[in-house]
Amino acid sequence: MITTLAIMALGAIVLGAALGYASIRFRVEGDPLVEKIEAILPQTQCGQCGYPGCKPYAAAISSGEADINLCPPGGLDGVRKLADLLGREVKPLEAEEKPKQVAIIDERTCIGCTLCIQACPVDAIVGAAKQMHTIIEPLCTGCELCVKPCPVECITMQPITENLDNWKWKYPVIEIKRAA
Amino acid sequence: MLRRLFNFKGGVKPQTYKAPSVQAPIGLAPVPSRLFVPLHQNIGGVPNPLVEVGEQVLKGQLIGGADGWVSAAVHAPTSGVVLAIEKHVAAHPSGLPTLTVVIEADGRDQWMTRTPVDHRSLAPERVREILRDAGVVGLGGAVFPSHAKLTAAKAVAMDELVINGAECEPFMTCDDLLMRERAEEIVRGSTIFRDLLGARRVLIGIEDNKPEAVAAMQEAVRRLAVDYEVVAVPTRYPAGGAKQLIRVLTGKEVPASKRSTELGVQCFNVATVYTAYRALAHGEPVISRIVTLTGNVLQPRNWEVRLGTPLRDFAALGQPKADTSNYLMGGPMMGFEVPSLDAPVVKATNCLIAGSPALFPPSPPEMPCIRCGACADACPHELQPFELYWFSRARNFGKTQEYHIFDCIECGCCSYVCPSHIPLVQYFRFAKSEIWAREREKNAADAAKARFELRNARDEREKAEKAERLAKAAAARTAEKKAAAAEAGAAGADAPPSRPASPADPVAAAPALDAEAIKKATIVAAMERARAQRAAVQPRNTDQLTAEQQKEVAAVEARRAASPAETAPPAQPVVVREGEPDQP
Ligand code: SF4
Ligand code: SF4
Ligand code: SF4
Ligand code: SF4
Ligand code: SF4
Repeated sequence: MITTLAIMALGAIVLGAALGYASIRFRVEGDPLVEKIEAILPQTQCGQCGYPGCKPYAAAISSGEADINLCPPGGLDGVRKLADLLGREVKPLEAEEKPKQVAIIDERTCIGCTLCIQACPVDAIVGAAKQMHTIIEPLCTGCELCVKPCPVECITMQPITENLDNWKWKYPVIEIKRAA
Repeated sequence: MLRRLFNFKGGVKPQTYKAPSVQAPIGLAPVPSRLFVPLHQNIGGVPNPLVEVGEQVLKGQLIGGADGWVSAAVHAPTSGVVLAIEKHVAAHPSGLPTLTVVIEADGRDQWMTRTPVDHRSLAPERVREILRDAGVVGLGGAVFPSHAKLTAAKAVAMDELVINGAECEPFMTCDDLLMRERAEEIVRGSTIFRDLLGARRVLIGIEDNKPEAVAAMQEAVRRLAVDYEVVAVPTRYPAGGAKQLIRVLTGKEVPASKRSTELGVQCFNVATVYTAYRALAHGEPVISRIVTLTGNVLQPRNWEVRLGTPLRDFAALGQPKADTSNYLMGGPMMGFEVPSLDAPVVKATNCLIAGSPALFPPSPPEMPCIRCGACADACPHELQPFELYWFSRARNFGKTQEYHIFDCIECGCCSYVCPSHIPLVQYFRFAKSEIWAREREKNAADAAKARFELRNARDEREKAEKAERLAKAAAARTAEKKAAAAEAGAAGADAPPSRPASPADPVAAAPALDAEAIKKATIVAAMERARAQRAAVQPRNTDQLTAEQQKEVAAVEARRAASPAETAPPAQPVVVREGEPDQP
């Protein structure tokens, strides 16, 4: 009886120690769920979800504080993916979905105040004080954060139209022509 | 031929329709009055325009410079004037516009000075550069820059160079005619490529339904006394696919994940080899190509056409019949319907087929897949098209990749045999471009995230640095005051020596408490300084302006002066940011 107890107790101690060690040794940095959520968010960093960037929103979703349908750039597709990941209901988007866009500076009007540079979350604008500013299109996420601060209203958002670089084959509706 | 030929799996034997267009020799198509030369005619970097509107160009003059290593230059197909550099409909299934140099021909067709070179007297790197700048790309239809394929893998000895004259697509005869009429140039071009790659053997593969081409090539090989093998391969679509031809001639199987050079073999189309020869031995860049014009036309024939010729002008040469309803570019198996006849002939245009309801009857409606497996039997890449179809249709793209959708060469064999008339290839194209688009989006998102994080880190760092600088400045000022106080104390001769730091001195007594106030004062001072600076500073890019620009500048200044209330306040916060870093 005593031996049995001793063996069990010993086992419990050894296993406990092993588990304790493992939890320290193999600790996961950061919250894996937040990272998974963040991987789905479009990284536009626009703050339209009410959080200062995609990561804070991801954290808020993971803690249950925010709903999954607050990110307009992600669109309904994004909501669907989040719902899939978290096992929640798909909900319609809070705001309306917009097509992807980029910001364009009217370079003749720009006075070089650098305000837009400070607003851009991804450093997509180049310029210097009193010099003309311009936007590096491939880097612009279309977050619109630079539009408001501009004192001369020279920044406009333009939807990205289909071009040869982003053109996609459509879901088949027409038959391929045959030789025979 | 003693060579043992290998076999590739699958394949189909569609009716070839080749006979009509091989009756006449290659014709020289007239130069149209206006040419539309797209800058992007190759896989890889988009060439940069090197000419200006209104500029006079000569035939063969560089008008688009290669952008990066995987890119190829573009040249003026005739002499004339650049009318515009604008967006013009592309020879692409989408019919979207692409940047195009429009040239008005002057009718003189005057060459620039051509400098023939001997490739043996130059370093291989230089030869590759010349090929790039002559715009030599794969003319079989893939338009991959050839020079980028002309480097042998380091670890593997180059066994075979395969020259592809199989031309398996129905209707197409441009390579056939080229081999019949210009065999010697092709063989000489093969020698250039062999030397660049250091290949041990050269195999020229031609489908056995082209006996004239085989004979012409054999004759040329004999005349030039080289030991290249001209091999007639069995006619079966897609024997002209690079991987299929390599397999048939060498028995080597090239997986999608590897380059063929890693297996010691490389493959080029005969027309590519021909243009490479012209580029080196005659100094003539790629400004024209042989195109088959056939189908529902009265005069099917092969033409040597200047690149940039509008398809409308080109199609007219064949006198299309009245019931012509559409045009296909490329063959019926892998080609696409031309979106508009305004699109020009480009390097990828190997064939233009006039279609009619009689020639290409509309396909019967799509029926459900009955899992008969005919598509899998026909697939030359041993894929399972019905599985790929199923997952593409359901937009389950992860699964399509598991079933190796990127091994699919879109040859169309599966669609051809499917008893349910399912347009399988279209589903695969759709799935592939969706996967690419998602990849692009993912990369863009990752890049944006990285930039956002970098920016945040930089903001933090700058804030910390600024705080530190201010603290140091405050400390320095305190020390100064202390020193002054000490001096004052020393000056008062009889007075008791004052303590170094007088408690009465507010700054010295409580530097921590007053740091805020000092900071504020510093900021105000900095703002003042910055304002003064700004007033003194003149924009530096205004030294050499034209009168017109100066006028504009003056107008802007006037506007600004007129509405100071609008512009001045927002400019304020910036002053702090700008002025401070240089003077603490
Ligand atoms: S709305 Fe979407 S894209 Fe914008 S910051 Fe929030 S999560 Fe990011
Ligand atoms: S340029 Fe404007 S729209 Fe584009 S990412 Fe920066 S702030 Fe957003
Ligand atoms: S905010 Fe407007 S005016 Fe100021 S630099 Fe940017 S674009 Fe120019
Ligand atoms: S050939 Fe057509 S019907 Fe037969 S298995 Fe393939 S897709 Fe299905
Ligand atoms: S199109 Fe693709 S799947 Fe169909 S037969 Fe050709 S390689 Fe196979």
